[in-house]
Amino acid sequence: MSKLLNISSSPHVRDGSTTQSIMWDVVIALIPATVFGIWNFGINALLLIVTCIVTCVLAEYIWEKCMKLPLTVSDGSAVLTGLLLALNLSSSFPLWMAILGSVFAIIIVKQLFGGLGQNFMNPALGARCFLMVSFAGQMTSFAYNGPVGLHYQSGKELDAITTVTPLAAIKSGETANLADMFFGNIAGTIGETSALALLIGAAYLLIHRIISLKIPVTYLVTFAIFMLLFGGHGFDLNYLAMELCGGGLLLGAFFMATDYVTSPITPKGQIVFGIFLGILTGVFRVFGASAEGVSYAIIICNLLVPLIERVTIPTPFGKEGIKDGK
Amino acid sequence: MNTCIERLKNGIITENPTFVMMLGMCPTLAVTSTAINGLGMGLTTTVVLVMSNLFISLLRRVIPDTVRIPAFIVIVASFVTVIQLLLKGFIPSLDQSLGVYIPLIVVNCIILGRAEAYASKNPPLASLFDGLGMGLGFTLGLTCIGICREVIGAGSIFGITFIPEDYHITFFVLAPGAFLVLAFLTALQNKLKMPSATNRTDADGISCGGDCAGCIGCSGAANKGMIEAERVAAKAAKAQAAKEAAAKAKAAKEAKAAEAAKQNEAAGSSDALGKKED
Repeated sequence: MSKLLNISSSPHVRDGSTTQSIMWDVVIALIPATVFGIWNFGINALLLIVTCIVTCVLAEYIWEKCMKLPLTVSDGSAVLTGLLLALNLSSSFPLWMAILGSVFAIIIVKQLFGGLGQNFMNPALGARCFLMVSFAGQMTSFAYNGPVGLHYQSGKELDAITTVTPLAAIKSGETANLADMFFGNIAGTIGETSALALLIGAAYLLIHRIISLKIPVTYLVTFAIFMLLFGGHGFDLNYLAMELCGGGLLLGAFFMATDYVTSPITPKGQIVFGIFLGILTGVFRVFGASAEGVSYAIIICNLLVPLIERVTIPTPFGKEGIKDGK
Repeated sequence: MNTCIERLKNGIITENPTFVMMLGMCPTLAVTSTAINGLGMGLTTTVVLVMSNLFISLLRRVIPDTVRIPAFIVIVASFVTVIQLLLKGFIPSLDQSLGVYIPLIVVNCIILGRAEAYASKNPPLASLFDGLGMGLGFTLGLTCIGICREVIGAGSIFGITFIPEDYHITFFVLAPGAFLVLAFLTALQNKLKMPSATNRTDADGISCGGDCAGCIGCSGAANKGMIEAERVAAKAAKAQAAKEAAAKAKAAKEAKAAEAAKQNEAAGSSDALGKKED
């Protein structure tokens, strides 16, 4: 029979994208933020990024070899996990702790639950929270020396100074420079500082249709509304913009909340997921003890995904108005 | 005497409350942040378990069946109160670190479980040893978890620090570490095929037949039917093979017997012939 007449069973819509191509597309989208992070924080940042990626890939390789599983190292998911984890660390973070976090991400969060596609929460964020709980001091100490010049203090040249993130400064009642926060000349974790670099990456993902706008937009809008209502600053757009640019919000909204494995697949579910994320992040930032709450919000919502999917199953075409398939 | 030793082994290994029966999870997860806490909690529970098992067994013909649970609880609660006052008096530091979990021993499901499942049906001595075995098994589980969490999380063992503070992974002292350590130790127990009830392939009391290490899926999951069908098929195949082997053996035996008979016959006939010739 000619190939033209040969029809396979559904689905008939085919797409060239594979797990591998999607993973590498996300890695490419993270390059602006990564490059900016290295430029902003120097060689330490580069070292951390390389360490995390290498450890993640090695951990996955060794685990799959030992457990006699098919090797999935080449699909790029371990590379992405390593990169995301590194972007979530402070540049002064000790390397051995980063190695520990990477192993935790791959072995415990991902492989123990069955590998890619089975992990119940985002491995990079799971590891970040593990490190946050274990080494709170190192996770929240941000050394920053500025991208171009060094800080000068009382005439003495300094390598770096330990400082608070703008988000923590706002929380304690001080102000921060919005332009710096947008371009990223601030203290913070390696990948989260530059809103501009993250938005460029997000645009790449959107143009290539790797992610849809549903989760990030509902997340950010819900968060913005929450901050206007409960932020305690009234209708202050400057404050709102700083809250949106500050911390890991953009990194989380575009790169981690949209993770295919740990976000709902139903369209309605994605909107519900985004709303939950926005509310939880707002609650953690406004009422929580810490200035940041994106990672915990995303992890908690990851755990809610099965429930969200269960209540938002779309009605199949032709079954509208028929309840429970009867 | 044999029953007593069997009861001890049953409690400590075969039906270990922590790693096999998964009972008493609340104190297991909550108080095992250090080895000494785990040991203290385990021993306290052991004392209560031994005493309550003994008394419930002694009173098993007196307590009416319809009100047995309240009666058990009253007995258990009395012993817990005694133990708590003793702890407060003699080891106040342990009492303070175990806190509310001491009074909560009253509702520990191991104690009520043993009362209901064993002590209320068996003679006092066997019940006492059953309580001792279960208590020691619980102590073993809690101490193992406590040691692991303390070593990784606080760099010390029974309070003696040997890892500098920079290398403590606090995660393991906190609640999530308890879940992780419990899961890993249980998995290890299954992987090493320790002689517990869940590592047999033919356990009677377990619906899936035990063999956790070789398990291919949750029996409550969607593939339950498939797994069960596989199991039934395997059993049938085994039975069939055994039957065939038996039939073969029987046939072989018959053939042999027939041959022997033939030979006998031949010998007999030759004998007869010989006799005739004579």
